[in-house]
Amino acid sequence: MTMQPASTEIASRTAAIVQELKDLEGPLLPILHGIQEEFGHVPHDALPVIADGLNLSRAEVHGVVTFYHDFRAKPAGRHVLKLCQAEACQSMGSDAVAAKIKQLLGIGFHETTRDGSVTLEPVYCLGLCACSPSAMLDGEVIGRLDDEKIEEIVAEVRS
Amino acid sequence: MIPRIYIPGDSGALALGAEKVAKTIAKELAERGIEAKIVRNGSRGAYFLEPMVEVATAEGRVAYGPVKPSDVKSLFDSGFLKGGHHKRWLGAPDKIPFLAKQTRLTFARCGINDPLSLDAYKSLGGLKGLQNAVAMAPLDIVKQVTESGLRGRGGAGFPTGIKWKTVLDTAGDRKYIVCNADEGDSATFADRMIMEGDPFVLIEGMAIAGIATGATKGFVYIRSEYPHAVATMNRAVQVARKAGVLGTNVLGSPNAFDMEIRVGAGAYVCGEETSLLNSLEGKRGVVRAKPPLPAIQGLFGKPTVINNVISLASVPIIMDKGAAFYKDYGMGRSRGTIPIQIAGNVKHGGLFEAAFGMTLGEIVDEIGGGTATGRPVKAVQVGGPLGAYFPRALFDTPFDYEAFAAKDGLIGHAGITVFDDTADMLKQARFAMEFCAIESCGKCTPCRIGSTRGVETIDRLAAGIEPEKNLALVTDLCNTMKFGSLCALGGFTPYPVMSSITHFPEDFKPAPARVAAE
Repeated sequence: MTMQPASTEIASRTAAIVQELKDLEGPLLPILHGIQEEFGHVPHDALPVIADGLNLSRAEVHGVVTFYHDFRAKPAGRHVLKLCQAEACQSMGSDAVAAKIKQLLGIGFHETTRDGSVTLEPVYCLGLCACSPSAMLDGEVIGRLDDEKIEEIVAEVRS
Repeated sequence: MIPRIYIPGDSGALALGAEKVAKTIAKELAERGIEAKIVRNGSRGAYFLEPMVEVATAEGRVAYGPVKPSDVKSLFDSGFLKGGHHKRWLGAPDKIPFLAKQTRLTFARCGINDPLSLDAYKSLGGLKGLQNAVAMAPLDIVKQVTESGLRGRGGAGFPTGIKWKTVLDTAGDRKYIVCNADEGDSATFADRMIMEGDPFVLIEGMAIAGIATGATKGFVYIRSEYPHAVATMNRAVQVARKAGVLGTNVLGSPNAFDMEIRVGAGAYVCGEETSLLNSLEGKRGVVRAKPPLPAIQGLFGKPTVINNVISLASVPIIMDKGAAFYKDYGMGRSRGTIPIQIAGNVKHGGLFEAAFGMTLGEIVDEIGGGTATGRPVKAVQVGGPLGAYFPRALFDTPFDYEAFAAKDGLIGHAGITVFDDTADMLKQARFAMEFCAIESCGKCTPCRIGSTRGVETIDRLAAGIEPEKNLALVTDLCNTMKFGSLCALGGFTPYPVMSSITHFPEDFKPAPARVAAE
């Protein structure tokens, strides 16, 4: 497990990101993406620093962070597995794929395995709708999931 | 001449193993001591043949697919670098029936070359539209786009030229072109394909829009689920800037236009234009009430053109070949071509660009080849999660904005999902409500509360609790959502729900009866 950085360190690294991006038009989303890339999540201690840098209230920043599915309040597992659960994948059995993976990993959606190896999330469309059912593992796309590919994925996230 | 091997870098092809194929081919080349150039092209969109590897021969391109890493050795043994025969041999790519039957205007170049080669783009007619545009008066560009009959390809079908005219006529110290690349609808991947396979056509379209309306800055808002499209667009913008396609003097003209790529954060509702504008401004992606129209008060309160990727990517050919050329394709008030995305449980899935007017049946049965599972087609959802489910009985509906509206459906962003006879339409109706509940921005009550009550009511239906009463309740709720919601999320969720109830009533019978009927 990665150590949680101290709040002063979060503040200084956040301030650097804010400084770098604050002159963009509409800088908040690029800043939040930058922070999530830096820490793997958007730490609570980063919010006042962003608010201060952009002359917003903490409530406004909190409101934006919590609106979007992408921004995490806590770190994810070492791997992030997203399973498409939208209609095109449903038509090719994504329900059964999800059930099997949940059973193999012993977790449900929005959960992380106890050993911190993997976080499982639903995603509503990866644009791979002619290659359903599809998934994304740590940013890599996988199409036409079958038992063999499911086993490979599970083996990879457990290694 | 050293042989050239084309292996797609498109995410759809990557999802089917194109990267492993590329690595295996590179390794095999090294082991055999053969010198060849591997080009990573986009996809032509025939996903049932991906990864589709092409080689350039003296007689033209020869395609092979779907290629697996285990095929590579035998491909070399069969002399595939010279087009030799092999079990994966497909012949000339443009003769493959799925591709030969298409009318490729917007996707003319997609998947043929390295998407980041501006020279390759120009060699296939790229930048001609922009060259014409820089020599024209803004009003004449707007007129040409209006006359072409181009309508918003994001789903709303609003005439693009009229939107541009409003922005041109509105005074502003700064104006914006915003490209909506938040392609969240299931079954759609046209935006992704063009951004990954022919990014310059979008950049060219946006530059033309800027010159036509007096906007000097553009944003492409791409969903975060498309990391490859984001990467390709970012690199293409840099190439275009270096070549003077973007910058203070577009193609050497006095017109300034530059653009930035922005990434969404996983909110489906940000595909709605006003919500997208709020998101770009760094706010919660909450829908804005209209008026004011974005064309008058859009991004940062300035006059803004907000168009879908495909609308903007269709502009260069209109400015190159003329309004009449484009308008000549299509039917009724739906002019030009539409990239139909055939998805889900279908044998030949992929992108099929054609003039408006093909029937749904032709698309599903003839082009798509029926279901992948080989079972009968039960339902086809047209237009993404907010589109209606059509039964076979409506397969004679032509692909046209008005024809689909007349059958209580919509073509949306032209994605179609095929379901076989194992589909449970009550479950699909419930999902439509559930999805709306997950993705609602929360601004208006019919959408925010209605979707949750919808899930609960459908659950009661499924459990056989007061079926008649609950069916009437769902119908009434859909009516409220349709007419009382601010945007298409709450307003169109009734389409999949009501079409399921209307066309597949047997799936909504109380549970005991459903069991007995099986």
